Amino acid sequence: MKIAEELPPLSSHEAVVEANRCLFCYDAPCAQACPTHIDIPRFIKKISTANLTGSARTIFDSNLLGATCARVCPVQELCEGACVLGAEHKPIAIGRLQRYAMDYAAAKAMLPFRPGPARGSRVAVIGAGPAGLSCAGELARRGHAVTVFEKRALGGGLSTYGIIALREPVEVALAEVRMIERLGVEVKTGVEVGREILTAGFDAIFVSTGLGATPLLGIPGEEWIADGLDYISRSKLHPDELEPGRNVLVIGAGNTAIDCATIAKRLGSERVTMVYRRTEKEMTAYEHEYSFVKNEGVGFEFLAQPVRVIVAAGEVTALECLRTELTPHPVPVPGSEFLLPADQIIKAVGQERPSLASVLGLSTERGLIAVDKNLETNIPGVFAGGDCIRIKGAASTVMAVQDGKLAAAAIHEKVTAHG
Amino acid sequence: MADLRIKFAGIESPNPFWLASAPPTNSGAQIHKAFEAGWGGAVWKTIGPPVLNVSNRYGAWHYGGQKMLAINNVELISDRPLEKNLREIRDLKRAWPDRAVIVSAMVESKPEAWHTIVRQIEDTGADGIELNYGCPHGMSERGMGSAVGQVPEYCEQITSWVKAVAKIPVIVKLTPNITNIVVPAQAALRAGADALSLINTINSIVAVDLDTLELVPSIGGKGGHGGYAGPAVKPIALNMLAALGSDSVVGSSGKPISGMGGISTWQDAAEFLLLGASSLQVCTAAMHYGYRIVEDMIDGLSNWMDSKGFASIYDIRGKSLQRVSEFQHFDLSFKAVARIDQERCIKCNLCYVACNDTAHQCIDLLDSGGKVVAPYAWAVTLNGKQEAISSRPQPVVREHDCVGCRLCYNVCPVEKCIEMVEVPSGRESVTWSEVVRDHCAVTEDWEAMKTYRDAHGIEIH
Repeated sequence: MKIAEELPPLSSHEAVVEANRCLFCYDAPCAQACPTHIDIPRFIKKISTANLTGSARTIFDSNLLGATCARVCPVQELCEGACVLGAEHKPIAIGRLQRYAMDYAAAKAMLPFRPGPARGSRVAVIGAGPAGLSCAGELARRGHAVTVFEKRALGGGLSTYGIIALREPVEVALAEVRMIERLGVEVKTGVEVGREILTAGFDAIFVSTGLGATPLLGIPGEEWIADGLDYISRSKLHPDELEPGRNVLVIGAGNTAIDCATIAKRLGSERVTMVYRRTEKEMTAYEHEYSFVKNEGVGFEFLAQPVRVIVAAGEVTALECLRTELTPHPVPVPGSEFLLPADQIIKAVGQERPSLASVLGLSTERGLIAVDKNLETNIPGVFAGGDCIRIKGAASTVMAVQDGKLAAAAIHEKVTAHG
Repeated sequence: MADLRIKFAGIESPNPFWLASAPPTNSGAQIHKAFEAGWGGAVWKTIGPPVLNVSNRYGAWHYGGQKMLAINNVELISDRPLEKNLREIRDLKRAWPDRAVIVSAMVESKPEAWHTIVRQIEDTGADGIELNYGCPHGMSERGMGSAVGQVPEYCEQITSWVKAVAKIPVIVKLTPNITNIVVPAQAALRAGADALSLINTINSIVAVDLDTLELVPSIGGKGGHGGYAGPAVKPIALNMLAALGSDSVVGSSGKPISGMGGISTWQDAAEFLLLGASSLQVCTAAMHYGYRIVEDMIDGLSNWMDSKGFASIYDIRGKSLQRVSEFQHFDLSFKAVARIDQERCIKCNLCYVACNDTAHQCIDLLDSGGKVVAPYAWAVTLNGKQEAISSRPQPVVREHDCVGCRLCYNVCPVEKCIEMVEVPSGRESVTWSEVVRDHCAVTEDWEAMKTYRDAHGIEIH
């Protein structure tokens, strides 16, 4: 079963009415709140004058992955949260207007700009997620030859594999990859790079590998638990192969866990319960995500720490948990074992730290790649951005796009200064 | 309950709201419906010589999502046979004896033609005749409509032909497509007109289609100027109405004026009454929303009059005319400054950019510590709603530098957020005409002006 995008596109009438509602603030707070600082009033004004080409270009000028960001950004926390109409009225639907302009650009196969004249410089980008694509496109704009190396079969990173189809269909992410390629960027998929990249003759390298797999819980029967990110990627790319359980448990309470629960529910699971060691107060998911999933009919089991998967006759039957107390850290209460019946268990408890850092010899900070204010690592000429330098919830996509943009500017500065 | 009845040049009407001579008054069946909706009167769509119409008659101007701020048309006078119109007018008046039924007419500029049409109209039992000297398109090419209204001598001549035979009141409808509206108005009154009405539509080309590059509306690929009407023309109509009321000849003639031009709401209506109209004609608003709009016009006007303590239309007619003056009589020492209510302000900065780009550069952005900051001064490395909201500066007027231009007041999207506050200028009240009388050199000599300003403490920013 294919899951459709939750929100329909705005009709042209809806878009123009909404665009006309925008006050066209000067030095607008929405643009300040946007991590990529898109000139939001400008692109909205252009929608109101039917200048959709100009509107899309305005977005691309600050954010090459505007189509993804229009769909996945936590706009309540960013642009729309800062809208001056938000206090007493309804904020402008900035995300949906951006999607309207981006849909137009995609339908017209628009290029955001013409790539700059070739400078003879070569830059490698490792990882074709939002940070890598943004950096690659911005470098192409400045005339650098860019090769993007992607370990997986498809580009797009989490936009392709990790954002549920309800928010962003896979076609949108892949169209963005194609747009970056059409700027002259070479995207090599299915290629895992190692240390040799450092001596492959690139003038600069941008590391945007994101994070690793979901960490182990270290409990008996863990091999029966599905990986949350894997569950989401299968729901997008091979939805027909995904067999939803009737009684599903999702371990974790972050945005990815919420996505897993949402997918399970949409795919037809009768009962979906999220299991979390702490309470709703400590949840890392955004409040609007939490209320969304509650409206989907997902249940919650707070203060529960999984300790064992119960398997009978080759099938999962339950998850054994201990009750916890907050001290404020969750501490299991001895002897408080209880069973949560389940026929499918999914875990979404964060991601492991980037493994490429140690391969390349990059310094890390709490497991993430350490960078200076120009996003340069301890190895001169090697830059890094995106989730591998910072984890920031659902805003990670737009933050990653900004990293790519800033890194491209720094790389350009460095490479041309040498030239 | 306020008394909305009027007696206009002897024509009685239960309220001042009449449908103007236009498509909404094309037939008896339509006006029956309009009277059922509550209209006090109707001016029948102009009858006269045979015509043929075209299609694609109406263009419109839309702005910012609001449809039809103005309409423009190339429709001619009634294309229905004269006999049919006359028969329906007769039936209508019989069915609605308490409503004002006025017939607009336009014929060739010959005394016999006018005599004939006047008699035909009078035979229907209609209450009055309106002479259409305004229609700016089509008919004017045949020497009628605005071709008459634009030449005061023709206006006077034809009015006198009509008055020579008419037994019912004659209203002369003026064209705004003229330099000074007072001149044809005086001409009409000299010929004995019983009342005036204004404004007819304004010459206009409403749009060019950016796909086809044709004019809007396109009549088989061609277009031309048409008559412009609707909310956008209201200020022009109000000015011309006030010009008539302020003119010593027209104003003191005692002849009533039927005002029209963009009246869409009871508020518009009240403004026309305050500037001297005593009957009101409406077309575009009805063409946009139907006859039902008259209900709120009556209800709103009545409630407003009650709240203000006005008992009848004649208590408000022309009440604001005494406020109409000229620049030379304005008080140069009156000083108002803009003040922004920080509690209401949503910090959209529209006042800031308007003042700094296009007015007098007297609004600053202040940070939470009261320090002036430049726009776009935030750090590009910071983001998020908390950051954007908490660091947002507050626009504040430097009152000492404010010239009181009132642009910020006009652009502010929040009601009662910016107010123009009267402040003492510390100067004696004085008008330009008094300055010129007492210091005539200031009109030609900048040095003399500087001396005058220094002596009176007038600073220019």
